[in-house]
Amino acid sequence: MKSKLNLDPQMVERARAAAATIADNVTDFISQRTTESVERTVLRLFGVDGIDADGVPLPNVVVDAVHEAGLLAGGVTRPFMSALIATGLSVQELAEAVADGTVDISSIALAPEADIRAKARELAAVGMDRIRQNRSTRDAYLDRLDGGQAPLLYVIVATGNIYEDVVQARAAARQGADIIAVIRSTGQSLLDYVPYGPTTEGFGGTYATQENFRIMREALDEVGEELGRYIRLCNYCSGLCMPEIASMGALERLDVMLNDALYGILFRDINPQRTLVDQAFSRMINAYAGVIINTGEDNYLTTADAVEAAHTVLASQFINEQFALRVGLPEEQMGLGHAFEMNPMIEDGFLMELAQAQMAREIFPRAPLKYMPPTKHMTGNIFRGHIQDALFNMVGIMTGQGIQLLGMMTEQIHTPLMQDRHLALENAKYIFNNARHIAEEIEFAPEGRIVQRAHAVLAESVELLERIVETGFFEALAKGVFADVKRTIDGGKGLHGVLLRSDDYFNPFEIALREELGLGPVKVGVRG
Amino acid sequence: MNETSRVVEGQPGDDYRDRIAKADLTRIRPYGDTMDDGKVQLSFTLPVPDGPEAVEAARQLAAKMGLAEASIVHHEGTGEGFTFFVAYGKCLHTVDYAHIQVPKVTSEVMDFYEINHYIQDRIGRKVVILGACTGTDAHTVGIDAIMNMKGYNGEYGLERYPEVDAHNLGSQVENEELVRKIIEYKADAVLVSQVVTQKDVHIKNLGALVDLLEAQGLRENLILVAGGPRITHELALELGYDAGFGPGTLAPDVASYVVQELVRRGLAK
Repeated sequence: MKSKLNLDPQMVERARAAAATIADNVTDFISQRTTESVERTVLRLFGVDGIDADGVPLPNVVVDAVHEAGLLAGGVTRPFMSALIATGLSVQELAEAVADGTVDISSIALAPEADIRAKARELAAVGMDRIRQNRSTRDAYLDRLDGGQAPLLYVIVATGNIYEDVVQARAAARQGADIIAVIRSTGQSLLDYVPYGPTTEGFGGTYATQENFRIMREALDEVGEELGRYIRLCNYCSGLCMPEIASMGALERLDVMLNDALYGILFRDINPQRTLVDQAFSRMINAYAGVIINTGEDNYLTTADAVEAAHTVLASQFINEQFALRVGLPEEQMGLGHAFEMNPMIEDGFLMELAQAQMAREIFPRAPLKYMPPTKHMTGNIFRGHIQDALFNMVGIMTGQGIQLLGMMTEQIHTPLMQDRHLALENAKYIFNNARHIAEEIEFAPEGRIVQRAHAVLAESVELLERIVETGFFEALAKGVFADVKRTIDGGKGLHGVLLRSDDYFNPFEIALREELGLGPVKVGVRG
Repeated sequence: MNETSRVVEGQPGDDYRDRIAKADLTRIRPYGDTMDDGKVQLSFTLPVPDGPEAVEAARQLAAKMGLAEASIVHHEGTGEGFTFFVAYGKCLHTVDYAHIQVPKVTSEVMDFYEINHYIQDRIGRKVVILGACTGTDAHTVGIDAIMNMKGYNGEYGLERYPEVDAHNLGSQVENEELVRKIIEYKADAVLVSQVVTQKDVHIKNLGALVDLLEAQGLRENLILVAGGPRITHELALELGYDAGFGPGTLAPDVASYVVQELVRRGLAK
């Protein structure tokens, strides 16, 4: 791709180098720790599912039992495998027995290490196979059916009721949507467990449960088959259960997952240690499952001014890229985020939006960039809003974005009605088709406003990233360098679930995933 | 004959101002391009597949809504057996505008400088204002616009006011936590923002805070304000708040009200 912005490659290199240093420094920190949610994820991948008599998910019940026995720092796998060997039960039977009290996992002596390893390898292979199988099922669909062309049309459904969601999603697919995202119920990110079963009540969205994933997957496969198109399914792999949701998505063949390295820390006040450890494991799962992750840079612009904070978006994209590379997630699966959020009343605001989108395109050429629509400056004037969304779509096609999250004219009023989505899809289809090859036809004035704006934003990002390196990542978080939000290493929600790994920490999925992703063994704590 | 008389109504040289139709404020109806024509546009979706029967159903529905000469100007199947309609018609109903009374915040809106001067002159100490998005609501757009230093649309937020001690507690603040912060900061006023709502959860949550404050004996000495896209002053009063602010509200609107209300209620000590 020929550069239209004439960005200085040395400046891009400096930004990348600074982000790499940030990620490297944190990677050692991450590999020394595990979390309750990582260990629950291990159980889910082994096949533990369901809830106990009080509605507590069995992965929580077992991990809590192992934690109480003082064994979690070594990973849940060793005591769980020992109990399987001792009792002869199946994975699910054992989890149920722990829940109803018939097996006391703390009283079972550890089996010989070689037996544990063999059993764990055998059972882990089942989970890994299922994910691999889902990946080839997706590939087969994409060989046979139309997978859409970029920018992919991404719309949300958010009724709170999975059975209404299905109707909305299938209608959206028929109207041309390529990706359906089921928005989660507000507040789910702060639950330290994943709800179970099909759900029909939620607030501003529908709970992410494995059964809801399965239902929506089936509904979209069915309608996609009829349309001759593969309809991608997206959910939210964030919050206190980030890696668990990644595993559920991998097991139920989701295609796209929101998954940001810093979002939970900054915008949900989740403890930084917890988030960093969780994002690393969840991204390995997403990488192996062939899931495109979407990062949450758009959020920087809802709390700060989009013109002034543009460089923080770019800086975060660099950081997300480096964190993702550390866990084997290829560029083709990095839906780095940004957004069309400038005040529409600014003179030449469209030019600055164009500069930002084109810059992201040129700096991350292989990433399926996720472009977010105007939300902050949507007013309730749906007619103006529809035009704002049209300008947003125009930038999307002019700069070759990967995933276009369609704006709704009724943003700020309600979660989308069926007709809102219909009009949004019509808007995007019209503009993308009508201006399909415009990107190939335009260049920007070499000394013009757009080029200068991009250069200025890049320079500010370099300055910011190098300042973070100098300050130290955790210190920068504490000082409010990101999004003006201050987060300390021991603050926020979920710290109690973070554990230092013992020297004999064992996680067979981490070992298998690292092997599959070509990452080499973890330096600390694992004797693979 | 009728046509002719309409065309030549009036005399050359008449003042055009006298000829412009005036609305009868006791009986107003929508205006399209001629006084009292009642023109209304609306759009909706019906759970039936597109076709002549669907269009007729949409037309009948519009007629039942009180629209004469309802016409369906656009209809399009949206899949899964649903159809989207755009309709026009003439509204038959009228309302009496002249006698409508709506409760509203009556304090005079001052600007940034006037508010700070007012606090110096009339209160003589910093005014403590807390802001929070409560319950499960994670949408801070509204409270940030009022509280944050930078503000919104060129108006500074309360954190920028030298005479206001402003604390934005952010999102997903539980009511119990908010009450603790009210005590800790000795707050004069609390701004509660509720953006996302489904099945009216925001109303329950707003009401629960009032109950909690009353139980702790804090309600009387506190100015309690609700805000959000679905909030009106009237609704806020019903829920036991002192005031409510809807969409488009900026920091000076809220601050002007808070400081004048503090003085009015004798809380400016």
